[in-house]
Amino acid sequence: MKVEQISIFLENKPGGLSSVTRALSDAKINIRALSLADTSDFGILRLIVDDVATAKEVLNDQGFAVGKTHVVAVEVPDRPGGLNSILELLTGKGINVEYMYAFVERSGENAVIIFRFDSTDEAIEALQQNGFKVLKGEQVYGL
Amino acid sequence: MIYNEEFETLPREAIEALQLKRLQQVVGRVYHTVGFYRKAFDSAGVTPDDIRSLDDLKRLPFTCKQDLRDNYPFGLFSVPMSSIVRLHASSGTTGKPTVVGYTQRDVETWATLMARSFVSAGLNKNDIIHNAYGYGLFTGGLGAHYGAEKLGASVIPMSGGSTKKQIMLLQDFGPTAICCTPSYLLFLAEAGKEMGVDMKSLRLRVGILGAEPWSGRMREQIERELDITALDIYGLSEIMGPGVAMECIEGRNGLHINEDHFIVETIDSATGEVLPCGTPGELVFTTLTKEAFPLIRYRTKDISRLMPQVCKCGRTFARMERISGRSDDMLIIRGVNVFPSQIESVLLGIDGLEPHYLLIVDRDGSLDTLEVQVEVSEKIFSDEIRELQNMEKRITKDIKDYLGVTAKVKLVEPNTLERIEGKAQRVLDKRNI
Repeated sequence: MKVEQISIFLENKPGGLSSVTRALSDAKINIRALSLADTSDFGILRLIVDDVATAKEVLNDQGFAVGKTHVVAVEVPDRPGGLNSILELLTGKGINVEYMYAFVERSGENAVIIFRFDSTDEAIEALQQNGFKVLKGEQVYGL
Repeated sequence: MIYNEEFETLPREAIEALQLKRLQQVVGRVYHTVGFYRKAFDSAGVTPDDIRSLDDLKRLPFTCKQDLRDNYPFGLFSVPMSSIVRLHASSGTTGKPTVVGYTQRDVETWATLMARSFVSAGLNKNDIIHNAYGYGLFTGGLGAHYGAEKLGASVIPMSGGSTKKQIMLLQDFGPTAICCTPSYLLFLAEAGKEMGVDMKSLRLRVGILGAEPWSGRMREQIERELDITALDIYGLSEIMGPGVAMECIEGRNGLHINEDHFIVETIDSATGEVLPCGTPGELVFTTLTKEAFPLIRYRTKDISRLMPQVCKCGRTFARMERISGRSDDMLIIRGVNVFPSQIESVLLGIDGLEPHYLLIVDRDGSLDTLEVQVEVSEKIFSDEIRELQNMEKRITKDIKDYLGVTAKVKLVEPNTLERIEGKAQRVLDKRNI
């Protein structure tokens, strides 16, 4: 039920982001979802791609520091209070969200939110028990 | 094993007697053959006859790098050019290089001292020595080369550069020893790993590393990544080249100075005062046997400490501690003395950090600023901003704790700081003072 995310260290300088997208484009890798967190000096680019192993390899070849992390993808009903119901559940369980980002499925019916939790397995269990739809890795890579 | 046992194990009194005899000879010779020394001795009011004991050495004036530049190119040679068989020159990053000359006998002496160095690294004629010091005007390449041949070992005259070929020959020729700068050996280890080579499985047993200051932690990293023993060698072209002093594999605690050929003193850089043996200070060398280019009390700007105790290897020559820095590398940041090697040591004390760093010193108004750029390796990279910021804070704190200066730490992408194939450039001083 976990999704593999790659993350890349980027200095804040012109062309940094495009050198990543170029390397992925050349390797015909599709980016499914992304988020960029940044400080004044550096950024961390987080990506869900359709081929994690190849993506890591081509980025390492370009000299980037690349990390792999397990995140959780949850389908959220596209209505008021959709996200709130998830967060309340997790707060009640004492599970912390390190970061999150959202994207919309192709059909446009539901939003998908990518979460990084401090305790991933517990979070998945709680979400499933309470009827939330946790997506499998393959579902997300092939969205 | 000791290469020249009769000299390298002389009792202290015998070393000093030999030094005095040779000192008197060389002082007399330079006074009569080199105009610069005659003038310098005359204005200091000292003549060769005044040198009656080793203690009288301090009556002689210092020689410094600027004196070499002022007498460019051959003004300090004490023999005619017909007796000179070799010239070398320093890199000369600012202005003209400094030029040194050798007679046939000087080249022989140098080879002998390098052979001693190889033997103190545990090598003999059965070894294959991969020499990655640059061949050319730099003394490293030819110095190590002649020493290896003198010993009877097989030398691979590889020189610097051509990284892929270096790695190929390290695998195919199976050298048991390598000579280069420590930063270059780490660069090779990294390059080899990237090529998919298991650098630990090479036949390499020992590294004879020098020509730049390095830290004990860098030594540990080299030893770990290549599974070798890393030893420190010291020399500078003005004095002779590599082989002036060398660490022994038995003691691994300080470098034995070839005291039958050189006298070393430590002085206070600011006042020029001679310090008691054992106090850290700037090393000052006097050559005792060099014919072409003798130097009297040459200020090296290298900071070290002397250890006169007899070593467990049996050599009686005094040892100098690993160079902790150069007085001209020393940065004064808001009044605090900082050596790049100290920062390196702090960085290597943090798990996962690589010794690839750049210090940028600047001035904001009247205040000095120090920025330390450190490469992010995958070992310390995290997908969480907070973790990376904690790493920055940790480095800042460690630098503050150990050195007493506040640094701004900036994480940079891997492989972006310059890897020079030779001496690493670690400092960018933008202050215009």
